[in-house]
Amino acid sequence: MELHELSISQLGSLIKNKEVSIPKLTRYMLDRIEKLDSAYGCYITVAEEKAMEQAADVQARLDGGNLDSPLAGIPMAVKDNICTKGILTTCASRMLYNFIPPYDAHVVGKLYENGAILLGKVNMDEFAMGSSTESSYFKKTFNPLDTERVPGGSSGGAAAAVASGEAIYCLGSYTGGSIRQPAAFCGCVGIKPTYGLVSRFGLVAYASSFDQVGPLTRTVSDCAMVLGAIAGHDPMDATSTRKRIPDYTKALVQDVRGLRIGIPGEFVDDSVDEDIRNAVFKAIQVFSEQGAECKEISIPVMEYVVPTYYIIALAEASSNLARYDGVKYGYRTSEYKDLIDMCKRTRSEGFGTEVKRRILLGTYVLSSGYFDAYYKKALKARTIISREFGRAFEECDIIMGPVAPTTAYKIGEKINDPLKMYMEDIFTVPANITGLPALAIPAGIDRNNMPIGLQLIGKRFDESTIFRAGYTFEQTIGSNWTSSRMNNQVNNQVKNK
Amino acid sequence: MNREKDYEVVIGLEVHAELATSSKIFCSCSTEFGGLPNTHCCPGCIGMPGTLPVLNKNVVEFAIRAGLATNCEISGFTKMDRKNYFYPDLPRAYQISQYDIPICKDGFIEIEINGVKKKIRIARIHIEEDAGKLVHDQWSTGSLVDYNRSGVPLIEIVTYPDMNSAEEARLFLEGLKAILQYTGVSDCKMQEGSLRADVNISVKPKSQEELGVRTEMKNLNSFRAIIRAIEAESRRQIEELESGGKIYRETRRWDDEKGVSFSMRSKEEAQDYRYFPESDIPPVIIDSEWVEEIRKSLPELPETRKRRYMEEYGLPAYDAEIITSSKALSDFFEETVKNGANAKTASNWIMGELLRLLKEKGVEDDSIPFPPVHLAKLIDIIEKGIITGTIAKKVFDNMFDSGKDPVAIVDEQGLKVVADTGTLLPVVKKVIENNPGSVADYKAGKTKALGFLMGQAMRETKGKADPKLINQLFIEELEKL
Repeated sequence: MELHELSISQLGSLIKNKEVSIPKLTRYMLDRIEKLDSAYGCYITVAEEKAMEQAADVQARLDGGNLDSPLAGIPMAVKDNICTKGILTTCASRMLYNFIPPYDAHVVGKLYENGAILLGKVNMDEFAMGSSTESSYFKKTFNPLDTERVPGGSSGGAAAAVASGEAIYCLGSYTGGSIRQPAAFCGCVGIKPTYGLVSRFGLVAYASSFDQVGPLTRTVSDCAMVLGAIAGHDPMDATSTRKRIPDYTKALVQDVRGLRIGIPGEFVDDSVDEDIRNAVFKAIQVFSEQGAECKEISIPVMEYVVPTYYIIALAEASSNLARYDGVKYGYRTSEYKDLIDMCKRTRSEGFGTEVKRRILLGTYVLSSGYFDAYYKKALKARTIISREFGRAFEECDIIMGPVAPTTAYKIGEKINDPLKMYMEDIFTVPANITGLPALAIPAGIDRNNMPIGLQLIGKRFDESTIFRAGYTFEQTIGSNWTSSRMNNQVNNQVKNK
Repeated sequence: MNREKDYEVVIGLEVHAELATSSKIFCSCSTEFGGLPNTHCCPGCIGMPGTLPVLNKNVVEFAIRAGLATNCEISGFTKMDRKNYFYPDLPRAYQISQYDIPICKDGFIEIEINGVKKKIRIARIHIEEDAGKLVHDQWSTGSLVDYNRSGVPLIEIVTYPDMNSAEEARLFLEGLKAILQYTGVSDCKMQEGSLRADVNISVKPKSQEELGVRTEMKNLNSFRAIIRAIEAESRRQIEELESGGKIYRETRRWDDEKGVSFSMRSKEEAQDYRYFPESDIPPVIIDSEWVEEIRKSLPELPETRKRRYMEEYGLPAYDAEIITSSKALSDFFEETVKNGANAKTASNWIMGELLRLLKEKGVEDDSIPFPPVHLAKLIDIIEKGIITGTIAKKVFDNMFDSGKDPVAIVDEQGLKVVADTGTLLPVVKKVIENNPGSVADYKAGKTKALGFLMGQAMRETKGKADPKLINQLFIEELEKL
């Protein structure tokens, strides 16, 4: 196997045993990006110089015995809405085309402490608004498994980079479905942690009450390792938890005996692609054989989930994105009459269509006369949905279903149909509305050889249980089963390009 | 007929007070006034993407203190909200404030007008952040923004429309200012903008029950401006109504230099602030134990202090009122008394010479240029007869200008009382010789003339002569004639 196909722990032992130096591994990854990225378009910024400096520095720390972390020396990439000190952070928007933060996001700081090597910043939908990475101002990202298809979104660049071996792992961000859905589309593992588990400091805000940062990786154990490194209290984020963070790697055991897994009927109805439904049924069989107790449950409020999510998220977004007015940083229009004119022109020119659509919708639902009918009602619905999920969790430990109703679709297929695009989020948004943790893992392929994602939703702050179930599933159907097949598929795509 | 007499003016106030916390409401930047532009700023203060607000607990405590001191109910559960509007001085384009659940509500302050007590009800007190400041007209290329004030904590105190004259509004504000200063909630320096008020005014014929249409007056930077604005606006409204016109709900801007206000925007143009909950800051639970702790730590408030001055020190109500209306002045008085001065005498010096000099020299009462112990010493040496009253005033002036110890001033300038006959007798004789007219008057029974003669002798001795001795010497010498 080649270096880029290895997991974090495999690379970790190579580094530890001095079979590969960190600078050499970093150089290898940078060369790979250089060679492949014109085909996939994962990166907005490659931080080559900085990565090599970091590599030398981390190698020295490691050699000096000043570093003990499984992430030491592992090259990774970060979604471009997560602030990196001294490195361009654009949110894939013209609005921030020149924004270089003077601070690191809390999660980036944590990874640096652990000796992670930052390769660069990966592409996304503009301001994380989208499910296909087609709304990026800079470039499109192609699905490495089939370059005619989207990688999903909004963390599409992150998922594509992990799938194509342009990064060993990535940090993505999650508001609607933005980690799990691209993970599913690209055959990766991704987790949306419990709201509050990971600090949001330095994550450019989209919808503050939903946003979370989470890792995209190739395996469940990689995912557990990265999450363990970034989770925990941060005094700079008042919504971050003070709970003690468990060692998630301890949850990586192949044992689901007695675990109660609920499958909502609403998650496997006719709206879901048949191949995906079958993959879920297959997963039920796998878990049952391993001793879990699978049962059908019902969550009748599912039909309200998407509208509730979009009303609240867009309301928050309209306010969070109001700060981009050309006054302080980022894009400013070149010609203007006065202050108001400058602000108007800057915003008209700096934001793309989808962002403007969402700002308008969000402004509308908060406006006087509409507030009660939309925003207030959505808040109530959010409470009811949370309550229903809470009740469902009285009879099971995990709620299982597909990540998305379809696998990766063709580029351009849905971009002009926002409603269809929004409905892509139906199975991922419940975890966001309720703040629950949810893991996406590969669960086979469909008739087009595109990966199918399985979703495991857990109880609040119970990431350990979904990691255990995910690990068990991954081990049962074969460790790296998807990725070795994936590697061949990726290589074929490169040849075709 | 005086038309104004037929109308009642109805006034409500919205007062913004800057809290005296050392750091800002959502970050650890300094709240200090002044400083070069954009030096008391962090990425959060300028709304950089990814930064998050973390509520300063001291701000919550200060607001509770203000609430308790103004008889408010403290909310057990409160939360922050976003008020959305675009303006370059507001870096996130939303102000983090409180909308439907203010931290304090339903309080009051009592004022006394023409000997009658009146309660002015407070509807709510909420916490919020200040914005930055646009600086215009200094550069040909455009305006610049200074974000030093961005994120400085404020409380907004909203009253019911319970005031009916500019005088009542002034009394309320004086009372509020004293309370905020006593509790250490705010230093209330209007010239630095740490206390600002918007005034809602309407007028109605006295016979009418329902309130008239109100206007809101902004940009009031001093008590004087507030009073003038209220007077001008109520007059404008009455004249408008009397001439058959109509009052429109609008926001008006006061121009203190010209003494007029002009319309800023009408209600139709009023902004929709799209308030909604601030999810970056979890709701604040205020337990009653904490509130009680804060209540216990509250200092003596102006009203209590005033009563104590009257009862304990026998100060007249007027003096007690004036001194306690300013925490700085009142503290100065207390310290002077603590240093051994007679309270009544200390009060007289403060009410007279001190207030006069502060006003004359334009010095704020929190910047009195000498310590209270100096006033106590001055009173002491007067009482001991070491200096005369006339000299004491000169020493006081000197103390105010130089900040020196009064004893040192007296020593340096040789101002001690002259009380020996050997020095004073020649002076008395000289005065008698030079003023035959007055001497004749005295001899003719006009005892007033003695006063004049004594004054001359005092002048000769530059006020240092012991008045008792000199009086005695005059009487003796005049008898001899």
